[in-house]
Formats: sequence, C-alpha cells, structure tokens
Amino acid sequence: MNDSLLSAVLIAVGVLVAIGLICALILVIAAKFFAVKVDEKEQKIRACLPGANCGACGFTGCDGYAKALAEGSAPANLCVPGGASAAAQLGEVLGVSVEAAARMVAFVHCNGTCDNTKQKYDYKGIPTCAGAKLFYGGDGACSSGCLGYGDCAKVCPSGAIYNNNGVACVDPAKCTGCGMCTKACPNFVIRLVPADAKTVVACSSKDKGAVAVKACKTSCIGCKKCENTCPAGAIKVEDNFAKIDYIKCVGCNACTEVCPRHAIMSVDFSQAQ
Amino acid sequence: MDTIKALLVILMSSVLVNNYVLNKFLGICPFLGVSKKLDQAAGMGTAVTFVMLVATAVTWPIQTFVLDKLGLGYLQTIVFILVIATLVQFVEIILKKYIPALHKSLGVYLPLITTNCAVLGVTINNIKDGYGFLESMVSSLGCGLGFLLAMVLFAGVRSRLDSANIPESFKGLPVTLAAASIVSMSFMGFAGVVDKLFA
Repeated sequence: MNDSLLSAVLIAVGVLVAIGLICALILVIAAKFFAVKVDEKEQKIRACLPGANCGACGFTGCDGYAKALAEGSAPANLCVPGGASAAAQLGEVLGVSVEAAARMVAFVHCNGTCDNTKQKYDYKGIPTCAGAKLFYGGDGACSSGCLGYGDCAKVCPSGAIYNNNGVACVDPAKCTGCGMCTKACPNFVIRLVPADAKTVVACSSKDKGAVAVKACKTSCIGCKKCENTCPAGAIKVEDNFAKIDYIKCVGCNACTEVCPRHAIMSVDFSQAQ
Repeated sequence: MDTIKALLVILMSSVLVNNYVLNKFLGICPFLGVSKKLDQAAGMGTAVTFVMLVATAVTWPIQTFVLDKLGLGYLQTIVFILVIATLVQFVEIILKKYIPALHKSLGVYLPLITTNCAVLGVTINNIKDGYGFLESMVSSLGCGLGFLLAMVLFAGVRSRLDSANIPESFKGLPVTLAAASIVSMSFMGFAGVVDKLFA
C-alpha cells in the first residue's frame, strides 16, 4: 500500500520535473541558436539620444534613428531636442565631428486673439481644433487662424504651449523644437523657426487683402510695404502673405514699423534652451 | 458533412455564445487594459488567437498521451501553465529571429499573454469538453476570434466614451466597466441562436 502511494507521488514528481527540464532545455537551445545580434554601437548611440521619441529626425522614434546611425545611413545632427550636447556625444561614439542641428523654436503664426478677431458661429461640438475644423472650417472668422482648442498643447511633451486670450502661445524657454505641435495643428499655424530669428510674421492668412481685413485686425493683407522697405531684401510676398528669410533678416525692424496691420513683430528667442 | 457541421457549430458557438471575455469573464485584464485604441486591440486579439492555437496544439497531445496514460490528470493545470509559458517565450524568440516585422507588432503583447487565463482556460476547457484534436483546434480558433471580436468592438465603444460627457465620479474605470457589462449583455442574446444556424 505504502509502496504504491510512494510510486504514485514519485511518478507525478518525476513527470513534472521531466516536463520542466524539457521546457528549460528548449528555451536554452532556442536562446542560443536563435539569438539576435544586437549591435553594441546601436545601444551606445541610443544612450546618447534623449528618448523623447518625437520623430523630429524623420525616423520612427529614437530607436529607429539609432539604428540608422549605426548603419551609417543618417547624419548625426538630426536630433533637435538633444541639441548640441547630443550631437557632440554622438560624434564621440561615431568618431566623426558633427555640427549641432540648428536650434528651432515653434512659433504660432497667428495673433487672432479674442480682441482682434471674431467668431463665425458658436461651436458646441467636441472641444478639439480638429473637431472644430471639420465644421465649416472652424468657428473663427479667419479660416486659417489659430482655433484655440489646444490640440497643440495636448501633444506638447514639454508643456510649453498655453492659451493666451484665445490663441495658442509657445513659451520659447520650454520649447525643445521637436515639432509635435506643428503636426497637430489642423491649420498649420504653428511652424518651426530658427531660434536666432529676429522678426516673424504673426499671421498665416493667405486670403486676399479685402477678406483678410474683415477677418482679423492684425492680418497680413499682402500689401508688400514690408517687401519694399526691407533693406536686406529678406521679405517676399507670396500668395497675399509676407514671408521672411530668417538668414537674410538683420533685425532692423523697418518692416515692423511700416506694417499697417502690425502683423510683423520683432522677437527674441535667445532665452530658448 | 456532419463533421463539418459539428465543427462549424463549435466555431460559431465559441465566437458568439461562449465568448471568453463577455460570457466566461476570462482574460478581462487585457480586455480592459489594451482596448483603448483600435490598432492595439486588434494586435492583442491577433496575438491571443495565435497563442491559443499553438497552445492547444501542444497541450492536447500532452494531456492525451502523457497525463491521461499515466493517470496524472490532476497535474493538468500546473503542467499547462509550464508548457504555455515556455511556448510563448519560444515563439517570441523565433519571431524575433525570423519575422522581425511580426515581432515588432506582436512583441509587446506576447509576454502579457504568457499567463493569460483565457489561454489556459481554452486549453483546459477543450479537455473538459472531451474534444478531439481537430475539434480542440477549431474551438481555440473560435475562442481567439471571439476574443478579437470583443476587443475590437470594445475599442469602438471606448473611443465613443472618450468624447462623451461622463459624470465626474464615473470617469475612467467605472464607466468602462459599465460599458463592458452592457456589451456583455448584448452577447447573451446570441444564446440559443447558434444551434439553429446550421440546422
């Protein structure tokens, strides 16, 4: 009786141990034979990147960029949030000298605050810019202005965007220049400008002058006064809308003074990170 | 013809009537956790379907040819957990090596499934219901598809919840659970339908 009980227990334990051992053996063999080589260089490169996974470099997150760097198929200065320090570290790992990516800062190209523009209708739908945009192009009188529902603020990883009287506003001190907000804005009002830009056009309206005048008090009407005044030839009016070449601009403020709509303003992003 | 009909009944009843999530309440953790976005829900559903099929293909022979032969049926649970955990790890290693693209899309979910009770439940229930090998495979396919269906449907429900005006105290998990119970009730309506589908 005792013997049969003992053997029953022993068989059960034996079977379980045997199955466990077989499983362990399979995993050990699999781990050995099917091991995937992870590039050591790739891991080192990945450690230099900030890990924000913002996609500003044009790759699928930091892992994707690290892989491309390890293969040598990408330049080392694409990381915007990492800036100069990341570029220097990457240069050390890769053994090449790199110049840092140009510091970029997001800027809201719209000054259509509640005082400057009116609402076309009272929007009561889903409180997002994308939702409002679907409904007759948004509730603002200007169809290319900031909608003010904060889609950009929701995606901003560093909390740099706040609402200033109905218009999104980027705090340049917090902005890392990752460009997430530029993709979130349905009106493409937020665009990246170089951190050393001195003058910007705070409007995105490409409407004809007469339409733009009615829509907002500070709209660019494409009058070309700035283009004719600029001593450096940095401003060009295309599609009823003034465009500044930030490299040519010397920051003389001639355009800000001559603009009849006060759509051009001088800025200082030097406090940016 | 009769066998095909029987298999179809098993398939449809495990998808609709005996849905693991909505009727047996197994696998609730991924059902609530990974159903926020449609693509993630579909990925998780596919991964579970795949693992259920592979797990059944391995555990059924072990039960029939090892445990039952030695009269060790009571070891079923512990052996199945052991085997399924190994299997999922093994599949992950193989996928990583040979199909990196698939590993990238399923990889996150595979470790989650290792100890998923829905997978264990399917393998054990197949034995309990006295299914043969083919019937077991069809049943696990149905259970997997049922899980996928529940995940996808619930992802749709949750995307609506996001834009709904929910009372403050109900925000988050409470309203999700309430929604899950309503979806579950709607699936109860399938009971009694399936037998007559192929009659």
